[in-house]
Amino acid sequence: MLNITKTAEGSALTIALEGRLDTTTAPDLEGVWKEASDGITELTIDLKTLDYISSAGLRVLLSMQKTMNKQGKMRVTNVSSDVMEVFEVTGFSDILTIE
Amino acid sequence: MEELRVTAKVENLDLVLDFLNTHLESMDCPMKAQMQLDIAVEELFVNIATYSYAPGTGDAVIRVEKDPSGGMVKITLIDKGVPYDPLAKEDPDVTLSAEERQIGGLGIFMVKKSVDDMYYEYKDGENRLTLCKKI
Repeated sequence: MLNITKTAEGSALTIALEGRLDTTTAPDLEGVWKEASDGITELTIDLKTLDYISSAGLRVLLSMQKTMNKQGKMRVTNVSSDVMEVFEVTGFSDILTIE
Repeated sequence: MEELRVTAKVENLDLVLDFLNTHLESMDCPMKAQMQLDIAVEELFVNIATYSYAPGTGDAVIRVEKDPSGGMVKITLIDKGVPYDPLAKEDPDVTLSAEERQIGGLGIFMVKKSVDDMYYEYKDGENRLTLCKKI
C-alpha cells in the first residue's frame, strides 16, 4: 500500500509518500510524477511516513532525480533511519539531496 | 519449516511478503531485520517472476526456517526455471552520479547487503538460493 499526496504551489511541488514504495506500488508514483512533472522547478519528496523502499522504489526516485537535474531542484525530506540505511548502502545518499 | 508455493508472477509478491512477515513476526524478528529480509525476498521473487520462466510461467517456492539455536533465520527461494546464479553478477558502482547511473542493476546488490550470508545451488533441475540472517 502506498498513499501519494501531492501539494502544488506554482512550479513547486511536494509529494508525500505513506506506506511502502515497492515493485507493486512504484508504478503508481511513476504515473503521478509523469502527470505532474511538467514545468516543476522545485520538487520535494516527503518520506516521513514511508516505511519501506525496495530497488523498484529507488529506480523511480533516480528517474525523478534525473528529470529534476534538467529542470530544477529536488530534495528529499524526513527520511527515517531504516530508509536512510537503504540510501546509504546503495549510494543514493550521495545522489539525492537529503534534508 | 514453513513453505509457500505460488505461481511466479509479480502479482503474487504481496502474498509472498505476507507469508514471510507472518513467520518472521512469530520468530520475534526485529523490525529492521524484517525490512531487510523483505527487500531481499522482493528482489529475488521479482527476478524469478520476470526472468525464470519467461515467456512462460511456473511455480516459486519460499521456505522460512529458524536455526535450531534461534539466532538465525534461513530463507530459501526455489524455482525450476532457467539456471541462474544471481551471485555471479558483478556489483554496480554505487559511487556514480545520478547521470551516470543506470536505472536498475541494484536489486541483487541490495540483497547481498541485506543478509549475512547467501548461497546458490542448481540441483535436481531447481535454482535454490538461500539467505541467512542473524536475528
